[in-house]
Amino acid sequence: MKAEEIHQRLQACLPDGVGDLHTECTDPWIAVRPGAIAAVARVCKEDPELRFDFLSNLSGVDAKESILVVYHLYSYALRHSAVLKVEVPKAEPATQTVTPVWRGANWFEREAFDLFGVRFDGHPDLRRLLLPEDWEGHPLRKDYVFPTHYGGIDNTRDYNL
Amino acid sequence: MATLQTQEMELNMGPQHPSTHGVIRFILHTDGEVISQCKPDVGYLHRSIEKIAERCTYNGFMPYTDRVDYVAAMNANHAYALAVEKLAGIACARRAELLRMITAELGRISSHLIAVGTMAMDVGAVTPFPYALRERERVNDLLEEICGARLTFNYHRIGGVGWDMPEGWDKKVRKYCDSYDKVLEEWDRLITKNHIFVERLVGVVAISAADAIDFGLSGPNLRASGVDFDLRRDVPYALYSEMKFDIPVGVDGLGVVGDSYNRFVVRVEEMRQALKIVRQCVAKLPETAGEDPVPKPKNFKVKPNECYVRTEAPRGEMGIYVVSDGSDKPWRYRARTGSFTAMGMVEHVAPGILIADLVALIASFDVVAPEIDR
Repeated sequence: MKAEEIHQRLQACLPDGVGDLHTECTDPWIAVRPGAIAAVARVCKEDPELRFDFLSNLSGVDAKESILVVYHLYSYALRHSAVLKVEVPKAEPATQTVTPVWRGANWFEREAFDLFGVRFDGHPDLRRLLLPEDWEGHPLRKDYVFPTHYGGIDNTRDYNL
Repeated sequence: MATLQTQEMELNMGPQHPSTHGVIRFILHTDGEVISQCKPDVGYLHRSIEKIAERCTYNGFMPYTDRVDYVAAMNANHAYALAVEKLAGIACARRAELLRMITAELGRISSHLIAVGTMAMDVGAVTPFPYALRERERVNDLLEEICGARLTFNYHRIGGVGWDMPEGWDKKVRKYCDSYDKVLEEWDRLITKNHIFVERLVGVVAISAADAIDFGLSGPNLRASGVDFDLRRDVPYALYSEMKFDIPVGVDGLGVVGDSYNRFVVRVEEMRQALKIVRQCVAKLPETAGEDPVPKPKNFKVKPNECYVRTEAPRGEMGIYVVSDGSDKPWRYRARTGSFTAMGMVEHVAPGILIADLVALIASFDVVAPEIDR
């Protein structure tokens, strides 16, 4: 199916949860409201015309004013792909987990939580994944300030020695 | 006989453990030798490569992609080059694409040699490992001759390659391919059909196709579970649509579909198929004589855009997601890797298996720490 058809199908199933189709970039993407992503994901996987059985990638993108959570889906059964995006506010970035739909989302969401601070409500084990538990901040945000110390150890260098 | 109940014990495995393939740590709960819970603790090799990308120019980031998976650096080079080419609409000369495919497939062979060699070693067969390393050295000799490096190659460029091949290199590659068939025969006699080795791995953590897809397993791990899917054939990139090769999948034969033995055999077979591709690419090289595969080194800006390119790396699907904002640096670079999703599955399949089988499982998944942590 083409991106337009996928978008129409999703909108027919969930008119309140699915926003516009954006075609200005190389990969067209479909906007999804944060409170609807769990339901949209369920439809994506189970609808007989969509059958997106594979979550290829889940990642965050800092969009200056907000954070985008991007889902790259693929269907092994029907050999088509789609991109979904959920926009969450930077101050309180929260959306729903899709782990019950694709179990592989578990670590992707933990990584996005770790590096972007996005909270995935309903996630079974939302802890930092790559960084230590006591790390402060979320490094992949553009406003991240690089720390000068970690665990009492200075990590700056004086180049004028 | 009544079953003995023993006290559950917490056991730390790693981060410095010979069978964890890099610095990975597992926190195990065990009842005797049986694992009841396994929590992987990753991130020891996290270098924040995705953040580094945002501070480099598009060309300047290429050497960093080597470090995403330093066991198969060529393939990581290729994925990044393809992603930026699609993003910015840059064409790649045919000769350069052939050279990139030859080096990427040679990279696949050398990566799979490490995979199958260490896997044999992890389950107790030490002898095959030096044999695998010996062959890997020969691949490295070829790659060194074309780009000067043996591990982190930095050979591919956006829109081409760093250097044209040296005079006569294609003949050496062809000669190497011819000699390699014998090596694989020897390898099958040495270990693939070895009775003890087969018995050790048959039925160990068999993963169904449905579970493999659901957890996002990809590449050889997915195919071992019986899913006939390869990005090079099904979502072709570069010039793979012109190539003829077979896709090995897991079968009920010596092993059962989806078990550790099939994950091993699929990789051995993939080396054979990679040779086929290398041969076809080398045969096409003379048609492109005179073409300049080296793009002019210059900085460029990319208008706001984004794209996602999926490539078949040795450890599974390497998906590169790049977002541009009009500047000469990527706004966002993201690498989705096969090791990451494979490692994410371990805690779900580990309960109920033996500690020794966990070692076999992670070896058969062929996870490497740099690709998980990036």
